[in-house]
Amino acid sequence: MSVLQRDPRDRVQVLDEDGSVVGEVPDVDDETLLSIYREMKLARHFDTRAVSLQRQGRMGTYPPLSGQEGAQVASAHALDEEDWLFPSYREHGALHVRGFPLDRILLYWMGTEQGNEAPPDVNTFPVAVPIATQTLHAVGAAWASKLKAGEEAFIVYFGDGGTSEGDTHEAMNFAGVFDTPTVFFCNNNQWAISVPRERQTRSETIAQKANAYGFQGVQVDGMDPLAVYQVTRAAVEKAKADDSGELRPTLIEAVQYRFGAHTTADDPTVYRDSDEVEKWKRKDPIPRLETFLRDTGRLDDDRVDEIESEVQETVADAIQTAESTPRPDPDEMFEHVFAERTPDLDAQYESFAALREEFGDDAFLHR
Amino acid sequence: MSTQQTQNLTLVQAVRDGLHTEMQRDEDVIVLGEDVGKNGGVFRATEGLYDEFGGDRVVDTPLAESGIVGTAVGMAAYGLKPVPEIQFSGFMYPAFDQIVSHAARLRTRSRGRYTCPMVIRAPYGGGIRAPEHHSESKEAFYAHEAGLKVVIPSTPYDTKGLLISAIRDPDPVVFLEPKLIYRAFRGDVPEGEYTVPIGEAEVRREGTDVSVFVYGAMTPRTLEAAENLTEEGIDCEVVDLRTVSPLDRDAIVDSFKKTGRACVVHEAPRSGGMAGEITATIQERALYYQEAPVVRVTGYDVPYPLYALEDYYLPSVARIEDGIREAAEFR
Ligand SMILES: Cc1ncc(C[n+]2csc(CCOP(=O)(O)OP(=O)(O)O)c2C)c(N)n1
Repeated sequence: MSVLQRDPRDRVQVLDEDGSVVGEVPDVDDETLLSIYREMKLARHFDTRAVSLQRQGRMGTYPPLSGQEGAQVASAHALDEEDWLFPSYREHGALHVRGFPLDRILLYWMGTEQGNEAPPDVNTFPVAVPIATQTLHAVGAAWASKLKAGEEAFIVYFGDGGTSEGDTHEAMNFAGVFDTPTVFFCNNNQWAISVPRERQTRSETIAQKANAYGFQGVQVDGMDPLAVYQVTRAAVEKAKADDSGELRPTLIEAVQYRFGAHTTADDPTVYRDSDEVEKWKRKDPIPRLETFLRDTGRLDDDRVDEIESEVQETVADAIQTAESTPRPDPDEMFEHVFAERTPDLDAQYESFAALREEFGDDAFLHR
Repeated sequence: MSTQQTQNLTLVQAVRDGLHTEMQRDEDVIVLGEDVGKNGGVFRATEGLYDEFGGDRVVDTPLAESGIVGTAVGMAAYGLKPVPEIQFSGFMYPAFDQIVSHAARLRTRSRGRYTCPMVIRAPYGGGIRAPEHHSESKEAFYAHEAGLKVVIPSTPYDTKGLLISAIRDPDPVVFLEPKLIYRAFRGDVPEGEYTVPIGEAEVRREGTDVSVFVYGAMTPRTLEAAENLTEEGIDCEVVDLRTVSPLDRDAIVDSFKKTGRACVVHEAPRSGGMAGEITATIQERALYYQEAPVVRVTGYDVPYPLYALEDYYLPSVARIEDGIREAAEFR
């Protein structure tokens, strides 16, 4: 029986808080397991450094992910090469797993348009800041793939707050009606800025909302990377198999917590208490997987140290690359608006260029 | 009024003070939106209101703009005076249908049986290094819609007075708050209630050479530009429109008749923006006074750029000076 066929309240778990095995370990090779561990460590370190760059004024507002590494990294690992990923604004870890360069993620949060550009072989959509809007894009792309006999799965990430927006319901409804190969991945991190999960929905679980649209919904411990991998892999496989007898979409509710602020502009002490944070920190996905990997002889002190220094180096390089990338040329503002500039826009560009020529860039910079 | 005490407030504190004053006076006024309750709003515009008035009048809603505005339409029709907050004006689009298809037209569609007295507040505009979709300036969308009033204050005094007028207004008002100047300076704000009328412009600086029409966050920059230009012998009249719909067309025409020259400044994109409407008013009503083409200093017709380039997008003091000079020097 598929792991997806269960009561939405029956949360999937493989590792307990201490990293002991309490469920069925998914069939994953050692290399993948170690890679999940390494990418989680990388995401954590990246996050710490990004917050500190923001604090030092070297980057703008940034949404931290710490606590959510297990959900992001393990779910992205469950995709096949050709699959598509539609992120919210917090999916730095998942994006990186798919091959999106860290320096570009930094550039985006440094306010530079280049950071929105996915490498040509990476099927990821740009970051979605307006909540839940990306859910429809993922369904549309999945639907198109189905119409064109494509064989990809399409995963879309959104938050518990995002489940309140009409777009999410329209997306899930379309996905059900048109039986699209979509995996809805809800990062239920308990809070939408200051508003708790209970204030977004009176449903007992978010997973059960899938019932209303006719497909499977499953709740998983989002801070248990093995459980996340297991359910996401099952959902991806089902999305691709049109002969499973089940509708192809799945709603995964990954129950987890963001340890830090909603963004660096937010102060969570106003609305949540530190006991709650401490309670969730005990579920931290990184030590959990590390314990499992050590207990099963896949990891030792030397390898942990090695990974630690690799991670530090990778992040330091990314920061170095991002910060040494030249500031964008102001002309870029007028590029990529249309395939070809309209006469109006061309005239505006000309006057912009003439102003720069006459007065220099000082004419634009606010003193 | 002379007996009233004043406080020295920032613009965002004046928003809070306006809300507080009206909530105290009228128990039908309720505030609803994302993070407006316990958190006091992401900009602290509703700080303390939850503690004072409770969760039934200062409501943290689910994250759903269409839900917030659409339910406010029903509340208003029933007899409350909802003041929904949209966290950033760039996130009003999910509610756009409710605003333009319903809030704006309920009075017309029900032949006056139902009305929609609500104030949709949202911080708007750029210049604070915010992430993508947090900096748009789309007042023209709402000004284009019959049945809506659109207010954009530029001083703490006006903010409180206009907000109170908006809450008391029998029709729906879109109240856009210039977040660039939320905390840029302070101004004297009387304690207690007072109103500033919707639909009246204010001459911020008298002058004889060029009329400069502006509103919202660009107003302080424009005043700075006007001061700088006195050194070049250009004497500007700066008119703060304060309400972009209805426009104070008399104020525009009166000022223009004095100077015969105009420059319009806004951060919104140029095409289809308010500057076009202001220019048309001048053409219709003061053609024979006109001594120079109307100059527009605006944002460009491009999606609002990520913040590394936003200074190039927004009208700067130097760009505003340049535009005014062009209007002044045309022969
Ligand atoms: C349409 C829209 N409304 C409001 C916002 C402002 N906003 C940004 S994030 C956020 C909370 C999102 O919470 P959730 O969906 O749970 O995701 P999380 O940030 O917790 O990952 C809000 C209200 C927005 N970005 N888009």
